[in-house]
Amino acid sequence: MTAATIGRPGFAFQAIAIATLAALFVGSLFVGVTNLSIRSLVSDPEALRLVMVSRLPRTLAALLAGSALAIAGLVMQTLARNRFVEPATAGTAQSAALGILVVTLVWPNAALGWKAAGAAATALAGTSLFLMLAHRLPPTQPFLVALFGLVYGGVIGAVATFLAWRLDLLQYVEVWMTGEFSGILRGRYELLWVAGALVALALWTADRLTILSMGRDASIGLGLNYAGVLRFGLVIVSAVTALIVVVVGTIPFVGLVVPNIVSRFAGENLRHTLPWVAGGGAALVLACDMIGRLIRFPYEVPVGTVLGVVGAVLFLILLLGRNRND
Amino acid sequence: MIEISGVSLTLGGSGILNDVNLTVPKGGVTALVGPNGAGKSSLLSLIARLQPLQSGRITVDGLAVDTTPSRELAKVMAILRQDPGVASRLRVAELVGFGRFPHHRGRLTAQDREIVAASLEQFDLGDLSLRFIDTLSGGQRQRALVAMTFCQGTDYILLDEPLNNLDMFHARNLMRTLRRIGDEHGKTVLIVLHDINHAAAHADRIVAMKDGAVVASGDTEAIIRPDVLESIFGFPMLVERVAGRLAVLHHT
Repeated sequence: MTAATIGRPGFAFQAIAIATLAALFVGSLFVGVTNLSIRSLVSDPEALRLVMVSRLPRTLAALLAGSALAIAGLVMQTLARNRFVEPATAGTAQSAALGILVVTLVWPNAALGWKAAGAAATALAGTSLFLMLAHRLPPTQPFLVALFGLVYGGVIGAVATFLAWRLDLLQYVEVWMTGEFSGILRGRYELLWVAGALVALALWTADRLTILSMGRDASIGLGLNYAGVLRFGLVIVSAVTALIVVVVGTIPFVGLVVPNIVSRFAGENLRHTLPWVAGGGAALVLACDMIGRLIRFPYEVPVGTVLGVVGAVLFLILLLGRNRND
Repeated sequence: MIEISGVSLTLGGSGILNDVNLTVPKGGVTALVGPNGAGKSSLLSLIARLQPLQSGRITVDGLAVDTTPSRELAKVMAILRQDPGVASRLRVAELVGFGRFPHHRGRLTAQDREIVAASLEQFDLGDLSLRFIDTLSGGQRQRALVAMTFCQGTDYILLDEPLNNLDMFHARNLMRTLRRIGDEHGKTVLIVLHDINHAAAHADRIVAMKDGAVVASGDTEAIIRPDVLESIFGFPMLVERVAGRLAVLHHT
């Protein structure tokens, strides 16, 4: 093996992964209250319309949101130099929700794009403050940063909830706090393509993000614009999280478990692992959305709730497995 | 040449460095010695632009470290801190490969790969090249970090106590490698050392610091003397010649 090929899963493994993602994609098109078959797609124009207006947008939304969430989680872990933080719990998503609330207050009829912009701005402020405080905590205590993140996110979430309660907007906050794809139709999810573009941008800067994860001194020693890459990462995390909260709502655990699973098997050379993290996030969210559609058929369980359970279980397995292996 | 003039540093209200003036000539190995808290690591950080310069001026090969773009400096000088705390789960070969980043800033070229392979070989890391660094022992990790620093291929190499965690074999190997690149490739090595005998055996020049100032500096022979060493470290020690080499008996 040469230095160029180390750490890359074999071709067979790649093929299996792509096939799994494709199967989930196709499966997601055919799971739902209205029965669909491949034959009806050809013969029945209504069936084709259903796919084009509802099922395909929903599937694409899950795909985009899943990969973007996982990448945002990974980038946030790189910035915080801590494996146990993610935007959904450490204040980014809560700050975004607070931002949408503020935009809704001052400009009730704002378009989705403006709400997303407001959410991104507050998410940026909230995440920057989190990182500033987290960098002051001792690096020898990784769980302290994670716990601090939970408290920090909890406090901002409480502020948003309190504001919403006083202003009689609680049901809106509920929508942003619980991720759900059932409302996704054509024309209601396209902002997620922007999140997808940000993921592509993160892929392009993989080497710089890897060096950033090696710490400030090593980064500067290698001539990296440390502060610049840090800011870039902050923008990616904040914008991606804000877009997802606005369009879908908060989906927990994806940004936490997917990067950790990939890191366990393939390490953290992001040039090689980012595609796996993005694909893994997409597969996890697609699968959980399908579980949510099937478990109480014909009713739906929100994907955020399903992932709350599935993600927690995966995270516990990761934590326990970590102690056994290391 | 590294030129330091009038450099002072104050952190949190306490003075770390006090008007340091020093010239490290180009080529060869210069050891920086002194008791704990003398300011050796701080001086190295300032030279390597890891800390902002508060006063004075530092140039490396004529480049002012506070105004030259960091990416240009990265091609001229490499730094290995005492505890860089690289926690990422990278394979040894990947980590060492990132030493080439200042040159390609993208993909490794074929030439970069050769340099990486040679560096792995040089520091006895061939068998470990596919291991994740978080599974290595302290000494193996240290070797990987040193290999990465070497891979940067710069004319100036700054190392802060690189012998930490290394066993005798690898400590000697590292010092001899530094000696060789100083001799054969004309590189300038500035190294903070705690083991005075490594300095005595391998350094061309020794710079001694105490209480934030340079208290002695000169050829190794001129510094490795009982009176000079006592004035630096504060206790008497014997200096003997064993088989023609200087040996400091500081532990008896």
